[in-house]
Amino acid sequence: MIRPELVCPAGTPAGLRTAVEAGADTVYCGFQNATNARNFPGLNFTPQEMERAVGHAHDRGTKVLLALNTFPPAGKFDLWRDAAALGAEMGVDAFIVADIGVADHIAREHPGARLHLSVQAAASSPEAIRYYCREFGVKRVVLPRILTVPEIEALAAEIPCEIETFIFGNHGLMVEGRCSLTNYVTGLSTNMDGVCSPAADVHYDRDTEGTMTTRLRDVTIDRFGCAETAGYPTICKGRYHAPHREDGYYAFEEPVSLNLAKLLPSLMGAGVHAFKIEGRQRSRAYVRKVVGAFRRAVDDVMAGETPALDDLVALTEGRKQTEGAFKTKKWR
Amino acid sequence: MTDVPTHDSGGAHAATGWAPPLPLFLLQPVLARVVRRVASRYPELLERLGPVRGARFLIDPRGLPFTLLLKPDPDALLLRACPRGRPPAHDALIAGRFLDLLELVDAAEDGDALFFSRELTITGDTEAVVTLRNALDNVEGSVAATVAGMFGPPGRAALAALRRAARRGTPEAQP
Repeated sequence: MIRPELVCPAGTPAGLRTAVEAGADTVYCGFQNATNARNFPGLNFTPQEMERAVGHAHDRGTKVLLALNTFPPAGKFDLWRDAAALGAEMGVDAFIVADIGVADHIAREHPGARLHLSVQAAASSPEAIRYYCREFGVKRVVLPRILTVPEIEALAAEIPCEIETFIFGNHGLMVEGRCSLTNYVTGLSTNMDGVCSPAADVHYDRDTEGTMTTRLRDVTIDRFGCAETAGYPTICKGRYHAPHREDGYYAFEEPVSLNLAKLLPSLMGAGVHAFKIEGRQRSRAYVRKVVGAFRRAVDDVMAGETPALDDLVALTEGRKQTEGAFKTKKWR
Repeated sequence: MTDVPTHDSGGAHAATGWAPPLPLFLLQPVLARVVRRVASRYPELLERLGPVRGARFLIDPRGLPFTLLLKPDPDALLLRACPRGRPPAHDALIAGRFLDLLELVDAAEDGDALFFSRELTITGDTEAVVTLRNALDNVEGSVAATVAGMFGPPGRAALAALRRAARRGTPEAQP
């Protein structure tokens, strides 16, 4: 059985140090601009912070992956080119890319660099993955969260690269890297500006009875009664009225988080090389608890023991968790 | 500015609808010292706030008989206690249990989790609140301990008692 790499999020330098301390094998992070898909205010790394963070991680035997997982608009490629040059100079261990132009640039200009294919590339078929491996030398694919464990096992036999799967965090099943819902409402693009539901356009209103209304610009996403748990203010997790439906319903996805703690042994048996924890936008408290829990769980499985799984439900969106498509395609 | 009502949910005399006037003027110089100390001890905090340093945050620690107005502008730092029921002009409101807010300041609690469970309320300028949350989360060391340390052993003892109460989650957790 392969000992899987635990790939953990870091939204800030302090978050990176927390992830390293909690047992991350690898940490992924991004610069403070549109080159990564968590371009949120107050988040991410300046070049100086990134350089120090890479040094800190490497001194402790932890790898650093640089997320360059957005799609450069025409005429704005310099930002991605400069970020790649900085990452190469700092000695990051791999670039996480989604766009074929970015992949091609790094493959040509930084030939020694290791490339991981982001989930944002939405590559889930052997043909698509083999294309990226052949053309750009991609060494690992981060799979979209749409495949069952047996499908992942079958895929592993047909591709010449490593597989990384999400095991905890946001459960977004839109065709990743193609979702334009935020763009439709705000004019900003999740895939090119790196921001889904930009905070500047999010509004929360609370009435005297404690009901909270969530809006993205002028679109009401959800309304939570005072006793209801809440979710993220993203359109895909919204509850809407529709013809032939008496009440509001979750038209796309429900506010729920992925938690594959119980599937770790079968994923490891299926040949998954790396487990990814989502959440660069989350706090150090989240990183400490989630990374620590999965560190212990992975080590237990490798030791042939039944993993002691911490209860992480308090950290999940809407306080609900699912094994999603990994367990069954009928998960909804 | 956002016209946001404060949530007058935890005053000691909420049940009777009457509260004696609080001598908040006694608190103001202490709070001014506190915010100056935190700003000088953690310069990276203000730096990461970037363009939202001029935002006015109204912090509503439910269970305390007053709210706090924070403006983290390095050129005009402000932390002031305000009477409940008379909210000053502000850009964003952050409301939650006092001890939860204390844990958030020290990155010991996850803000999203508190939001999901509805224990944390945000209204007004969401971008300013998200930026503040991320900037605070990048602070290593304990802001609360720094503040408590300003008041010597009694301050540290009070903080330790609050944290014990927070861990127990008992009614004692309400100051």
